[in-house]
Amino acid sequence: MSRNKSTQLTTSDGVSLKHSLNKSLRRRKRNALLLVAPLFLFILISFLLPIFDMLIRSVDNSITAEILPNTVPILAKWDAKSGVLPEEAVFKAFINDAHIASKKKSINRLGKRLNYEKSGMSSLFRKTGRKLKRFNVEKLSSSYQSTLIKIDKKWADIATWQLLQRESRAYTPSYFLTAVDLENSPDGIQRKDEDSRIYINLFQRTLWLSFLITLLSLLLGYPIAYLLASLKTKTSNLLMILVLLPFWTSLLVRTSAWIVLLQKEGVINNLLVAIGFISNEARLEMIHNEIGTVIAMTHILLPFMILPLYSVMKTINPNYVRAARSLGASSFTAFRRIYFPNTIAGMGAGVILVFILAIGYYITPALVGGTSGTLISNFIAYHISQSLNWGLAAALGTLLLLLVLALYILYDKVVGIDNIKLG
Amino acid sequence: MNTIIKTLLATLLMMTGISNIQAKTELVVVSWGGAYTKSQQKAYSEPFMKKNPGIQIINDDSSAEGAAKLRAQAEAGKVTWDVVDVLPDIAIALCDEGLALEINPDNDLAKGTDGSSAKDDFGDALISPCFIPEIVYSTTIGYRIDKVGSNVPTSIADVFDLKKFPGKRALEKSPVGNLEWALIADGVATNDVYTLLATEAGVKRAFKKLDSIKNKVIWWTKGAQPPQLLADGEVVMASAYNGRLFSAIVENKQPIAMMWDAQLFELDGYIIPTDAPHKKEALAYIKFATDTQRQADQAKYISYGPVRKSSAALVGKHAELGIDMAPHMPTAPANAKHILYKDINFWADYKDELAERFEAWLAKD
Repeated sequence: MSRNKSTQLTTSDGVSLKHSLNKSLRRRKRNALLLVAPLFLFILISFLLPIFDMLIRSVDNSITAEILPNTVPILAKWDAKSGVLPEEAVFKAFINDAHIASKKKSINRLGKRLNYEKSGMSSLFRKTGRKLKRFNVEKLSSSYQSTLIKIDKKWADIATWQLLQRESRAYTPSYFLTAVDLENSPDGIQRKDEDSRIYINLFQRTLWLSFLITLLSLLLGYPIAYLLASLKTKTSNLLMILVLLPFWTSLLVRTSAWIVLLQKEGVINNLLVAIGFISNEARLEMIHNEIGTVIAMTHILLPFMILPLYSVMKTINPNYVRAARSLGASSFTAFRRIYFPNTIAGMGAGVILVFILAIGYYITPALVGGTSGTLISNFIAYHISQSLNWGLAAALGTLLLLLVLALYILYDKVVGIDNIKLG
Repeated sequence: MNTIIKTLLATLLMMTGISNIQAKTELVVVSWGGAYTKSQQKAYSEPFMKKNPGIQIINDDSSAEGAAKLRAQAEAGKVTWDVVDVLPDIAIALCDEGLALEINPDNDLAKGTDGSSAKDDFGDALISPCFIPEIVYSTTIGYRIDKVGSNVPTSIADVFDLKKFPGKRALEKSPVGNLEWALIADGVATNDVYTLLATEAGVKRAFKKLDSIKNKVIWWTKGAQPPQLLADGEVVMASAYNGRLFSAIVENKQPIAMMWDAQLFELDGYIIPTDAPHKKEALAYIKFATDTQRQADQAKYISYGPVRKSSAALVGKHAELGIDMAPHMPTAPANAKHILYKDINFWADYKDELAERFEAWLAKD
């Protein structure tokens, strides 16, 4: 029997039920959307936009065209491989641009930018700007070319103009090249001199140490979480405070405490010497190297492993294991086949939390890491606050972000992101 | 009803009270924190506020990230700082970017009490049109008296001599200072250091000298670390800021002594951000803070020397310990026999490249 209009279900005011249901669902969806809208906007404005802005900086190079607006188009026509200096018109445009820029005090910004590519550019532009400011560029006594070369003979060097031409595009790959230890050279892109390679090595070290720290916190955290979950509430609450207390203590205090414990004249070494385990000359070096970073960071990140593990373990019904035992499983088999698989969700959450926190850590490694225990984030911090090379910091940050995303995808493929549980 | 009116009135009164306080101009002065900020407060800010009751000075300890934060403020279009204490290389960088105000020394700074013009009184310290010099400090070597024996280190070459002085050293994790010292220890004349460092051969030579002590060095990053490493006995000698060593030796009575040979001279001073909200008051403040008397006063609280030549004669006793401060100044004749002046312009050009090479060198075994 086919359903005709007269048998269709309607609400009391005669609207079809399906239609009215859809309407109420739509309203509910809209309300839900309105409820999350403030949070969404907040995340967009305070999180996504700044990140995007920072990412753009890693390729942004608009400064050259902004400061030398008339030079850039005609310099682009110069054949950099010709072996001769650019023509007089380029020098003329440059002197005019630089004269205006030195009045506006913006010329030195370009010098600082180009100094990232080649040492000496900073002072070359400062000197040129300072001298040009006093010139009447309409009435020069000699040609533009010889005027500029008289100011500094670096302007007679073809490499200076090659650099200027290369870095006059609006977007530059040079920050990313530096971030992976490559450089531009007349023969194209090549690896940097061995004396100047740092970042690839640092990325590898950051990954390796973060992995090691995650593994150690899992090995240490798992038994503790198990103990907390299986003890009587009264005892486990007391023990929980021992886990949380360091968690609430200032990061700097905990890091400094490790320095006191681990250093050569520190508590542990003194104790080992006192009981005759090691001689006074052979004190162990446990800090200002990667061992220091691993120990201090494992301790600091341990609660992030214990808490999700604990909350998941708390929900596992103890009867499962009892049932397995009563069916003849040994205690190890019961753990392996019944208990352990139930904790995987908590492990997943703990591992991802600890790993992602570890990969971006910088205060602790800076204090206890010495030279072999510093991480890539220490260099991002250095370029943001000390060298002020924000382009390079942005490029390093972008690479780190991509690395984390790649690992996240890999993790999703292997473990499955849906298997994560915080409790 | 009555109570409501009373409460309202009280609130109104309180609000007018608050707005009265806010009517004072708040001048934000950014500095390094710790004993250094304290010395500036005592010597400059407190007398300045007494003289100008309409101005309230707010301290901010952000100088370590000063340049980055100021740049971020300027990009956001809202600069909140009025005076910023910075190192000369940062002052030059900020000046280059147009973030710092250019000043005219003879107009904006006080004359010396001996009648000399500000330009003459500050002399070579006026390294950038934006930089208002304040103190001279030095990075020098401190050593443990009880660990070096009777034969104490006397020259910078001793830092590189593992036979004469075995044990660990602490040096700053930066190419600045260390490369220069390596060359001087290798026999280069102090005047030739920077010309040589501008060449590939010079850089190689400096790193080769550093190679000889590399595995005996703990690299420090914060000024508080080297005195601590010395006090803990972790190292036998360490490079450190002279003011920090002074506190460790004189105030904390640690068994440490100082070796002034080839001390690295550096300045510290103020800049005023181009878009500072209270430019007029900021200019008044720096004029006051860097006059002859104030510069000499600061040395009562910390062992950093005044930049002004006219201040040297006025340096007195430590405000709490009562000891004579003049012999503890890096500029004291007995300490200043062999000085290495940090070449700001050299480092403005080569810092990026050499910092990279230094890190690569550290990472190598």
